[in-house]
Amino acid sequence: MAITDVRAPDVLIRGRKVVGGLTEGEALVTHQTISGWGGVNPMKGEIIETHHELRGQSFAGKILVFPGAKGSSGWSAMFHTTRLTGQAPIGLLYNITTTKAALGAVVMRVPTMTDFDSDPLDNIETGDWVRIDADDGTVSVWKGGRP
Amino acid sequence: MAMRLSDDEKAMRDGARGPAVAKAMDLLIRYGEALGAEDFVYTDNIAGVPGSSPKWVKDYYAADGGDYRAVFSRFDLDSDEVVDVPRINGFACHLQGGMDPELWREQGMTEEAFANFQADEREVSGHGIQVLKTCTPYLAGNVPVMGEHCAWMESSAVVFCNSVIGGRTNCEGRESTSAAMLAKRVPNWGFHTDGFRKGQHLIQVETPVDSIFEWGLLGYYTGSAVEDAIPVLDGSITDPALIKHKHFGAAAASSGGVEMYHMAGITPEAPSVEAAFGGAARGQRFTYGANERRVTYERLNSIGESSDVDYVMLGCPHYSADQLAEAARLLEGRKVHENSDLWIFTSRAVKATAEASGSADIIRRAGAKLMTDTCSAISQAVPPGTKVAAFDSAKQTHYLPAIMGIEGWFGTTQECIDAACTGRWQGRLT
Repeated sequence: MAITDVRAPDVLIRGRKVVGGLTEGEALVTHQTISGWGGVNPMKGEIIETHHELRGQSFAGKILVFPGAKGSSGWSAMFHTTRLTGQAPIGLLYNITTTKAALGAVVMRVPTMTDFDSDPLDNIETGDWVRIDADDGTVSVWKGGRP
Repeated sequence: MAMRLSDDEKAMRDGARGPAVAKAMDLLIRYGEALGAEDFVYTDNIAGVPGSSPKWVKDYYAADGGDYRAVFSRFDLDSDEVVDVPRINGFACHLQGGMDPELWREQGMTEEAFANFQADEREVSGHGIQVLKTCTPYLAGNVPVMGEHCAWMESSAVVFCNSVIGGRTNCEGRESTSAAMLAKRVPNWGFHTDGFRKGQHLIQVETPVDSIFEWGLLGYYTGSAVEDAIPVLDGSITDPALIKHKHFGAAAASSGGVEMYHMAGITPEAPSVEAAFGGAARGQRFTYGANERRVTYERLNSIGESSDVDYVMLGCPHYSADQLAEAARLLEGRKVHENSDLWIFTSRAVKATAEASGSADIIRRAGAKLMTDTCSAISQAVPPGTKVAAFDSAKQTHYLPAIMGIEGWFGTTQECIDAACTGRWQGRLT
């Protein structure tokens, strides 16, 4: 993926690397924690949890911005499976470190960050364009989509 | 930040104990760094689902041989190379699996899927892993002790281990447990450390919580209230029993992400509210009263519309011997209705007890099926044509309707068995 700077980002957030690497794409944001096993369909990369605000939406190819992981210990295996089915997100930003989210990010092998100086959930909305440079510890945000 | 490794851990990483152990250490180091852990803790009590996979996952790794070895290397160890997996030299257990070893046809499984299941199980036992095949290892031969460092999967078992026993485990995943079986290490983070285990929010219980049904409702409320934090519960909680903790913890782990809870005067690290918090109560204060109880019940029952129940599923988490005896008592002299099915799930170990004690026979005579290894949610197996199901488990009510796209009811064990025998749901909150 070509990464080109058309204009300076609207928001710059600093944080800690969870999984290294560089990626950019469209954000899918939820203020609710996500269940892996039983909460997503790994064949479609879709949220299926009954009361979830993203129910029916796909995170495939998106940068998933969420508070943290919850539920079954199958979280990592379920998201790992999305890597096999080609339905994985391309990056993760989460606030709360859990073993589920950390292991899931590691085995999905997508650039991931946490421990931010400013909350991504306050600064990023679904559809914003986001670049994660995990090794540099920065998240750049362009409001409203690709710059 | 790089983790601090002992000489032994460095040697494992560098291949002194073979390529599989090296790959396991590599994954555990990546995982530990992702957590921000400083070092590792030794563990020799590991429970996961090592190497077991449906056929399509093996087919995905066809170029690597498409076998157990390929799946264990590529998926479990997240390795770029396929390595030989040695026999496990320690206490490693296999948790729940994908089908009943005898009633798999009734569960809708194909001959091919069963052959795959058998092949995986031969590999698991051949690698020295204990075949517990249950979400309740503590009822089937693996009971940790207080302070023991474990690496367990299965959220309901994790919360039981931490809260009820005082064992120490994070909610590990498939990849970290499989790696830990080889390296006997997990990141020294989270529940392995004293400070992490202290309470974060207070839940004051002001309506009587005594029966297993009430404990389950309170658990589901607790997870919704505190999400993934550690609650301290105080107030009118009485009559503790293993099966009540089992239901409470499973419910709290599914509605939120609760991996440990304290109940003042009941759980081992909470002789008092103050001890559970490690000082004065902090965080938020929630009250569980009659209104919260009713709202929680209605939330669990919001996905039920039709009262014609096709399917009643009991045994989430897997039923204990006393729960099977209770089910047998409720079923004795009755028959499951022609429009309904009743499947009851347990472990192989507990089923053996139920066979010896006669409850298994009574359950079968009533037309119910006693199954092991799995559950409807894990195996995505329900009787053909199921549209409306009923459960006595808040956890199963949370998961199965979402997974299968069916309606669901939540109630007491008695209400569930009545529904199975009449084909009608008549549960209500009294």
